[in-house]
Amino acid sequence: MAPLIDDDPRIIEFDVRTDEMLVNMGPQHPSTHGVLRLVLRTDGEVVSELEPHIGYLHRCAEKIGENLTARQWIPYTDRMDYLAAMNMNLGWALVVEKLMRHEVSEKARHLRVLITELGRISSHLVGMGAYGLDLGTFSPFLYAFREREKILDLFEETCGARLTYSYITVGGLTADLPPGWLEKCESFLDQFEPVIQEYHALLTTNAIFIKRTAGIGVLSREMAIDYGCSGPVLRGSGVDQDLRRDGESIYTGMYDGYAFEVAVEKNGHYPRDHAYPAVPVDAVLGDCWHRFFVRMLEVVQSIDLVRQAMDRYAACKGPLGEPLKLMEKIPAGDAYLETECPKGQMGFYLVSDGSAIPWRARARSSSFSNLSVVHELCRGCLIADVPAIVGSLDIVMGEIDR
Amino acid sequence: MRGPAFLEKLEVAFPGAVLGTALDVIDPWVEVAAARIVDVCRWLKQSSDSRFDSLECITAIDWFETDPKKASKVSWQPHTELVYHLWSTVSRVSLVLKVKLPRWKDDLPGQLPEVGSVACVWRTADWHEREVYDLSGIEFTGHPDLRRILCPEDWEGYPLRKDYQMPLDYHGIRAK
Repeated sequence: MAPLIDDDPRIIEFDVRTDEMLVNMGPQHPSTHGVLRLVLRTDGEVVSELEPHIGYLHRCAEKIGENLTARQWIPYTDRMDYLAAMNMNLGWALVVEKLMRHEVSEKARHLRVLITELGRISSHLVGMGAYGLDLGTFSPFLYAFREREKILDLFEETCGARLTYSYITVGGLTADLPPGWLEKCESFLDQFEPVIQEYHALLTTNAIFIKRTAGIGVLSREMAIDYGCSGPVLRGSGVDQDLRRDGESIYTGMYDGYAFEVAVEKNGHYPRDHAYPAVPVDAVLGDCWHRFFVRMLEVVQSIDLVRQAMDRYAACKGPLGEPLKLMEKIPAGDAYLETECPKGQMGFYLVSDGSAIPWRARARSSSFSNLSVVHELCRGCLIADVPAIVGSLDIVMGEIDR
Repeated sequence: MRGPAFLEKLEVAFPGAVLGTALDVIDPWVEVAAARIVDVCRWLKQSSDSRFDSLECITAIDWFETDPKKASKVSWQPHTELVYHLWSTVSRVSLVLKVKLPRWKDDLPGQLPEVGSVACVWRTADWHEREVYDLSGIEFTGHPDLRRILCPEDWEGYPLRKDYQMPLDYHGIRAK
């Protein structure tokens, strides 16, 4: 072989490097779940850096909260996590009640559990369906929305709204259930429960789905805690924490007497996992598959909780109780409370100077912290995996930007 | 929270850093000197028995009354308050830290007050401090990347301050 000289084509061939390229994803990208913009630094197909840009949906909710009474702010909490507005209403209602040392009636308590657990199911259904979309399959989305539609119908009967309910409010709920509602809910659950096997067939055990999610975007336990991740993202990393069991007494008291097991992996097993598909061999604790699977288990768990709540609610005699007046004064002081929302731990912080209008209303968003870890998960992954990772965090921008 | 015993330990570890406490309120809190907040937080995460390994929330509260009539009646001096909500995933207890800062550094309007960043202790603080800087105007010294997060980069003013004036125009977009 002849010695190499500088302009030998073979040298040039070996000197080929790909240039780094900046790729912009969003804010109108369909798989970024709303108006999230990601800037990727890519080396060929590999992502070397990723930076999320948020704020496109910022509506100054906290500033507005300083100009309305506590109950008037309830509709603004609807618009934070608009896929689980019932759960948002509850978070704010509870923190105001905490500061006012107000207790709702037994009937209202069970109705709140019933409604928020239904909200959790509907949120996880969107999470599941949209995740299928992210990965390029359209059918699960249609299946998920078929069932979610029925939950929205049930919600519509309670308060007239299909998305932004303001149903749960400070001091109770705006209205009692209409006659015949429980029977409709019961027949929905009976029809819905077997359908979950279809979801597992469509996604959880699907070979392509497993290839796309197992071992992708692994979030370690320590990193999850360090970034303040919560909800299914935290439990998907094997951290055994669910505020419905571990939270403050004013919140856990709501679930007093309810039987449920936190959906988290312990010693390689999920609770009651004989009934569900086995964890694929490629899956690593903390990857996209596990985060997805935790959500699927929570749907079953919520069905169970809704059933328990229906029984208890039906057994409660007496009135539901009136919510607090719109201009009710709040005692001076401050209170913070986190509740377990479908997306994670949603915190509300209320500071009052003794008037009816909060001095400061703060919303600690779970998606905000869950999203902040995304650059760590995407470092070194393929571009095609970015939607898979972002989708597995199940974020909603209304809550992040507030 | 084992209130008094915990406080004693904190005071032994950091003499003079605890400026005030309230244990009989709904959410008991500890007020920490602004200059010591980073050390106290690091200790709370690594060394204290409770291991507060998770930072839940950072909030800034602007204590300022814009109405002069009401301002003469309030019991406090104008200041900014930072509230840290900590949580331990190990022992499942929470802790509230408060830090008092002047509204403006050296009382010069426009000069942002400064406090050490706890982003080196909990990564959650990275985005939370950016949000507080963006909306309430507090400078976190030692923060890796202190930029606005929710508002556009060229936004003026700090919306969550009580004396914030809403701009009437932004790049030709009229607000009124």
